[in-house]
Formats: sequence, C-alpha cells, structure tokens
Amino acid sequence: MNYVYLLYIVDSGILGLGFVLIFFFMMIISAIIVRRRDEPLLREIPTYSKLKRSINLSVESGQRLHLSLGSGGINYMQGGSALAGLSLLKRLYRMAGLSDRPPVVTSGDGTIGVLSRDCIRSVYEEVGVREEYEPTSGQVSGLTPGSYIAGTLPVILDQQVSTNILMGHFNSEIALLADASERRGSLTVAGSDNITAQAVGYASTEDLLVGEELYASGAYIQASTMHVASLHAQDFLRWAIVAVILVAGALKLAGVL
Amino acid sequence: MRQVRNSIVVAIAVITGIIILVGYFIELPVLKNLRIMLLHYAVIFIAVALIVGVVNLVQVHWKKFQNRQPGGVYSLILIISLLVTIIVVGYFGPTSTPSLWIFSNIQIPVASSLIAVLTVVLTYTGVRLLKRGLNLFSFLFMATVLIVILGTVSFQGFRIPGLSELRTWITQVPAVGGARGILLGVALGTIATGMRILMGSDRPYGR
Repeated sequence: MNYVYLLYIVDSGILGLGFVLIFFFMMIISAIIVRRRDEPLLREIPTYSKLKRSINLSVESGQRLHLSLGSGGINYMQGGSALAGLSLLKRLYRMAGLSDRPPVVTSGDGTIGVLSRDCIRSVYEEVGVREEYEPTSGQVSGLTPGSYIAGTLPVILDQQVSTNILMGHFNSEIALLADASERRGSLTVAGSDNITAQAVGYASTEDLLVGEELYASGAYIQASTMHVASLHAQDFLRWAIVAVILVAGALKLAGVL
Repeated sequence: MRQVRNSIVVAIAVITGIIILVGYFIELPVLKNLRIMLLHYAVIFIAVALIVGVVNLVQVHWKKFQNRQPGGVYSLILIISLLVTIIVVGYFGPTSTPSLWIFSNIQIPVASSLIAVLTVVLTYTGVRLLKRGLNLFSFLFMATVLIVILGTVSFQGFRIPGLSELRTWITQVPAVGGARGILLGVALGTIATGMRILMGSDRPYGR
C-alpha cells in the first residue's frame, strides 16, 4: 500500500464519511432484521432492568424521579450523552408525568435546559394535558460544572426523590451527587461520557452504565426499532474496530506496517 | 396544522445536521460557507439559550422562595447575588476591579470549598466501596488507587523501590488501553445518537 495515498484518504475525510455511511447502512439493515423479530435481541444489562423496576415502583408509590443531564452543551462532543438522556426523559414523562409528583430534570447548560422543557411540554401536549406543564420541571441548576452540582444537590436532598438518574456529562463532582443520593436512600443510576466520572461512578454507585451502555437507554427503556437497530450497528462496528486493531497490531509486530 | 409544523421542525433539524456533517468531511466551498453560516446561527442560538437558562434559574429559585420550600432563603440570596453581579459587571466591565473582587473573593473561594468537600467525599466513597463487599474488581480498583497514590508521593524523600515504575506502567499501559476502549464505545454511542437524530427517529426537541 502506498502510504501517501493512505494518508490522503485519512486527511481528506473520506474515511470518516465512509465510516458514517457504513454506520447508516448497518442501522438500516439492522432495522429490517429487528422489524421481522417478535422480541428485540438484546443482551442483559442489569442496571436497566433495575431502573425499569424502579421507575414503575416510583410511579406506583407516588415518589419523584430525578434525571440529571449533566453540564455538557450540545455545541460540544459532550452533548451526545445529554441527548441520550433527553431520549430517556420523554419516556420517563410518558410513564410518570401524570403522577402527583412528576419527574424533575436538571441540566447545567442553557441549550439542554431549553430542550428538556420542550420535551416535557411535548409529552403533556401528546396526552392532551398541556395545562399541567410547569416550566420549572426542567431546571437549569447552574451554568458551570461546580454551580450545577451545588444547584442539583438540594433537588436530591429535599424533593423526596426515590431514583436519581445521572445521565450526561459530569466530572469527578458526580461523587457529590451520588453521595447525596445514597444518604437519602435513593437508587442511583449513573452514566457519563467522561472517563474520570465513570471511575468515580464505579466507586460511588452500584448501578453504573459503562461506556456505550449510556447511549443504549432508548433501546432498553423504550425498545423502539431504530434504537435497537442502532445498538446492533454499534456492536457490529465495535467488533470490526477490534478486528482492525488486532490485524494492525499483528502487522506491526511482523514489521509490515 | 400541528402535524405540518412538527414535520417542518424535523426537516429543518435533519437537513441542517446533514449539511454540517457532510461539510465537515468534504471540502466544497459552497458547503463550507453554508456550514460556517449555520454554525454562526447556532452560536447565536446558544447565547440566547444561555440567557433563557439564567431566566429559568431565577424562576425556579423565586418559586422556591415564594412557596417557602426548604432552603428558600438561600434561593433569595442566589437571586440577589445574581442581580448584584449583573449590575456590577454590566456597569464597571468584566475586567474592572469590583468585578475581579467578586470573582477572587467570592467565586474562587466557593469553588475551592466545593473541591475540598469533594476530596473528603471521594475518600469516603473509597471506604464505602470496600463496605459494599470486596470482590475481584473492587479489590483491583482499590489496589490500583493505592499504588498510584503511593507511587506519586514520597515520605520525607523516601520512595518505595519499584512503586513509581509500577505506577507509571499502570497509568501508561492498562489504564490508557482501558480508557481508549471505553472512549471507542462512547464515540460509537455518540455516532449512533447523532445518526438517530439525523434520521428523525430520535427527537430530543419536542414532538
């Protein structure tokens, strides 16, 4: 292989666009396969099973759910994790929005705050109770990571929350939220795109979503076709990347690369 | 009518996303200019969303104070502090002496206090991990934490032989390998989320 040609492919962005297109086609193929099945084929993630049970219990016992979307904005890479959290938010509101204590959502960024309120309002419109919507259900707790944590702690401590779902971009401060939740005896489900937050989350909570598990909430809680299909495409491409890394490693050892 | 409005919203989101994505990968002047223009609009929207966020923050805390909820007094203090800061920074400028005084004497000490509390909570978290029951993974986690901490510090100039090298190996080989594996998963998850939004099957923005 001519290295100059290889570098041109990498530099020109063709490789990136090709990867995205492969992902797109894999999603379409997976969606067709998923539609033909009666039950979606998903590996068991205990945290999601526990979360589902906890959501149902909260609805039945009239307790509040808290979804924390972190302090990442959609203008950065970190926004992806908050968008995954927003998908879950709609589902949470469909399940518990009409209870006496509707879920409360906190975010640390203006754009995510606007999107969270838009999602909540849309669910109320969907079920025909637009007047039930309260703009303060989607709160912006603080606009810096520190102030966000400081503003979210009172929600966990004072609002009789039974389940705290921390799903978004956090740093090591996630320990403060998990600790507050633990002190209140609430279930804590944590997932972040940040490595530090994942390490801290491992120590501070029993129910951690590691790596890409965070983005699978739609498939496990909503089980819509495209969510499941994107999860299958993700799995396929992960195995492809593993194969490429192993082959490249072997070629490097053999002195070819 | 609402159905039409929703379809238009989805179409705008999908088309904008595709232009930005393709413009990122392919260097076509028309596409590049369009992409830059859309990104400029996005920056303006984000700035407006920031203001909306501040208004929401005030709304939430005012409601908390009005309803005499627990910690309502702190909510009032927050609103007063916010107004004072806006007036001072707006009148004197962000780099003026009064603005910098607020920053150095209020914001930095408060942020530092939070970090100090975090240090204590992280230590307690480590203990709680052991209390939850020791298994192979929690043992490995705590052993790694101890090796990295002991390999970083010295006791009166004395270092445990080999520990510093072991720390370097752990942080540069297994930790980096594991972190890259997790980050690959995160990247794939982010692409999947983006693709679902581009295809209009996931709408984190209303109906």
